[in-house]
Amino acid sequence: MVRRQQTIKDPAAELRLFRRRAALLLVLMALAGGGLLVRLGFLQVVQHDRYATASRNNSIRAEVIAPARGVITDRNGTLLAENVSSYSLYLTPESVPDTAATLAGLGRLIDLRPADLERFASLRRTRPRFEALVLRRNLDDTEAARFAAHRHQFPGVELRGDLSRHYPLGSLTAHVVGYVGRVSEAELAQASAEQRATDSIGKTGVENFYDALLQGRVGYQQVEVDAHGRRLQVLDRTRAQPGTPLRLELDIDLQRAAQAALAQRPGAVVAIDPSSGHVLAMVSEPAFDPNLFVGGIGNADYRGLMDNPERPLTDRALRGLYPPGSTIKPLMGLAGLVSGVVTPDSHVWCPGWYTLGNSPHRYRCWQRHGHGRMELLRAVSQSCDVYFYDLALKLGIDRMHEQLGRFGLGARTGIDLPGEQAGVLPSQAWKRSARKAPWYPGETLIAGIGQGYNTATPLQLAYATALLASRGQTPTPRLVAPPLGLPPAAPGQSPQASPEQWQIIADAMHAVVSPGGTAFRALAGAPYSAAGKTGTAQVFKLSQRADDRGRTAPQHLQDHALFIAYAPLEAPRIALSVVVEHGGSGSGTAAPVARQVLDAWLARPGGT
Amino acid sequence: MNNWLAFWRRIAIDWALLIGLLGLCTIGLLLAYSAGAEALPAVKNQGLRVGLGLLLLVAVAQVPIAWLQRLAAPIYLLTLLLLLVVDAIGAIGHGAQRWLELGPLRFQPSELAKLAVPMMVARYLSDRPLPPTARDILVSGALALLPVLLIAVQPDLGTSLLVAAAGLSVLFLAGLSWRVIGLFTGLAAAAAPLMWLFGMHDYQRQRVLTLFDPQRDPLGTGYHIIQSTIAIGSGGFYGKGWLEGTQTRLQFLPESATDFVFAVFGEEFGLLGAIGLLLLYGFIIGRGMHIAAQASDGFGRLLGGGLVCTFFVYVVVNIGMVSGVLPVVGVPLPLVSYGGTSMVTLMLGFGMLMGIRAHRKLWPA
Repeated sequence: MVRRQQTIKDPAAELRLFRRRAALLLVLMALAGGGLLVRLGFLQVVQHDRYATASRNNSIRAEVIAPARGVITDRNGTLLAENVSSYSLYLTPESVPDTAATLAGLGRLIDLRPADLERFASLRRTRPRFEALVLRRNLDDTEAARFAAHRHQFPGVELRGDLSRHYPLGSLTAHVVGYVGRVSEAELAQASAEQRATDSIGKTGVENFYDALLQGRVGYQQVEVDAHGRRLQVLDRTRAQPGTPLRLELDIDLQRAAQAALAQRPGAVVAIDPSSGHVLAMVSEPAFDPNLFVGGIGNADYRGLMDNPERPLTDRALRGLYPPGSTIKPLMGLAGLVSGVVTPDSHVWCPGWYTLGNSPHRYRCWQRHGHGRMELLRAVSQSCDVYFYDLALKLGIDRMHEQLGRFGLGARTGIDLPGEQAGVLPSQAWKRSARKAPWYPGETLIAGIGQGYNTATPLQLAYATALLASRGQTPTPRLVAPPLGLPPAAPGQSPQASPEQWQIIADAMHAVVSPGGTAFRALAGAPYSAAGKTGTAQVFKLSQRADDRGRTAPQHLQDHALFIAYAPLEAPRIALSVVVEHGGSGSGTAAPVARQVLDAWLARPGGT
Repeated sequence: MNNWLAFWRRIAIDWALLIGLLGLCTIGLLLAYSAGAEALPAVKNQGLRVGLGLLLLVAVAQVPIAWLQRLAAPIYLLTLLLLLVVDAIGAIGHGAQRWLELGPLRFQPSELAKLAVPMMVARYLSDRPLPPTARDILVSGALALLPVLLIAVQPDLGTSLLVAAAGLSVLFLAGLSWRVIGLFTGLAAAAAPLMWLFGMHDYQRQRVLTLFDPQRDPLGTGYHIIQSTIAIGSGGFYGKGWLEGTQTRLQFLPESATDFVFAVFGEEFGLLGAIGLLLLYGFIIGRGMHIAAQASDGFGRLLGGGLVCTFFVYVVVNIGMVSGVLPVVGVPLPLVSYGGTSMVTLMLGFGMLMGIRAHRKLWPA
């Protein structure tokens, strides 16, 4: 190559060649440009009259066809979110002679809220003048009839049948399914064409998390209109692509049973299939009617929900933070076994209190008169605090943090829902950065019985229970399974223990619901074998050091009642957590709720 | 003050070319405002793209031409690799696949090919004595054809056309013999009926047929042609005036700002405006060809010439399709159509062109 170049390459000749070719190309390009000009001249001069006429007569515009939102069902196909037809009022700015007067006139016939007008004003700024813009959705029959009677007074305004979201089960699925609401003015800039077309966006729950999937794709149609903007005919139509239907792993009968079991007490129930991580039920009480939000919620309704002291808008299952209390004792026990600081036979004497070093302060056991000699199995089944004070001290706070963290405490589970809370699983480092204070040994004891800084959501507790049931195998909790949902992330740092160690904890939790255990009465006579643990979450801290259990607190500061359970013992098919706010004791209030839910899943005719 | 002057003297910018490009971008912004129904966000977006494009242009212009020559082969190989990846993903997804998603970036390897192919072919031919031998023609033809085929199967007819034009124009400028040109023209003419029967998708055949008789499919592919010719024709000699071309804006909502923006231009600015626009394009093409002809080495010459030809093909294919004399393929009106992908490629190309001018050796060739 180099040889040839040296002997034959002739720069001067090549340059001449290039310039000849370039000149030739320029001539050809000029000819092509001239050809285009001839064509344009033909269109714009010779045939101008013909096209000018065509332009005047021909008025075709593109309209957006909103896609139907994907429906949401439970695992058996029961509809949780559907689309029902309703009337909406549209206004096409270009066809309206005087927009202000038209809006004023319409306001006398139908209820136009300030929010409607604001949104309309914002749409008007961003959308083409010839596009019909939504003014008001979900007109009731009276309003629709009233407008129809006065239609002739409002050129450019039309009533259209639309689909709007409806939640047939109302408050039962309000938190988990969530709701769609109007695209707010702030969201409008980022909204997709689909969200603008349907004017709705998933605000919470599954509706929000899977919004992109549920939306579908807008279609367009070419519509011929006359000079007044009235539609003459539809010419061309690109169909809208409806959103993907979504099947949740939720079982609505179980959901209903859980809601009934809570019996309108504020609280939460979360049930998970330990083998798959599928969420079988997720209830937060009290709830609200999500249908109120669909067309834009009224001020009075909204205020009512906001001002309600029982906070129905808060999803307790996902965002409620409770001290896990004694429900972490099985986890503590496993941590003790794995770390080798206790054996099944090692024991502690419980006189009803525990002291730390030389301090005269007494950390009390809930059993004022003491449990006596306690080894692991009985310490769990009796929920002896002293045993776990001692175990906590042996483990130390950082080892507790590491081991309990493997059960998902202190971190979001990563469920396919927006807005999950992470809770707190304290460690020395955590306290240094979050509280700017050193760790005190006394706090380790309190942490050992799930009090102090510890907080967890009912979802986290249910997931930790599922991990206990599956011996560390449960994948991330999911409402929607693949292929539509997120892939089931394996438990990242799942708890590692030997089969014997898992068995010891399972036996201990079984002892909780067996004769002599704290939750025996609630589970007595069940046609399946179960494992559980009661818990009581202290609501009110009497002092900074949290060294008193606060039994004297007034009623509304009563402890929260907690219970975790899984069943059947041999091959668990359900793991759950129950929180009843201010319910008093876990065994008296929460365990019976769990019993009803377990019965609904395992003891119903036919069984799942 | 002196430093300032020295800086502007040293920076590689061809002011004549730059002013021409800015003229086009300004027209693009005016039309974005008009076609978007006077919505400012669209203008702002387009303005940001223009700004980004100009920054890239100035940056690339500073790159010595020798670097481009050395980078030609690696860039070409990278382009082939990316095109293969895109085709593979498209095959898996059962559909057209033109993008690679790199986090937030959406990247179209076929755009890169518009630069990589003329670079590579110019690089290959400039190493050899010209006019090219039969073997050189075959090799450089293959270098151009490979990415063209990879793009054509995506399928993206418009882009593969532009890339083919880039490769062929470099070959032509290098002195492809007339006998070979005649031979291939003859072959193409013979192959056309076969292509028609076996090589084309049905929708592509429809587009060609529609071209001769738009009324045969007034609601499908003919719709755009009918509406765009009405818009252009109703503009007349003087046009309806800026923002007055409501007819265009009423008709094709989805594409009036992008590939069919010339219809808006024709309606609002008339034949007078079209003459002005074509003269502006002509000025840029002439200036570009002049720069290429003044280049001191074969590589710069061929690359510059190839880039100018590609630009020309953009213009003719777009205006030709919007005014109804060429089939509808997805080619934007360069620097005027709303959108960012081709803007970046074009600006990079003009940056190279300016670099070719700035880094030519100082004695007259």
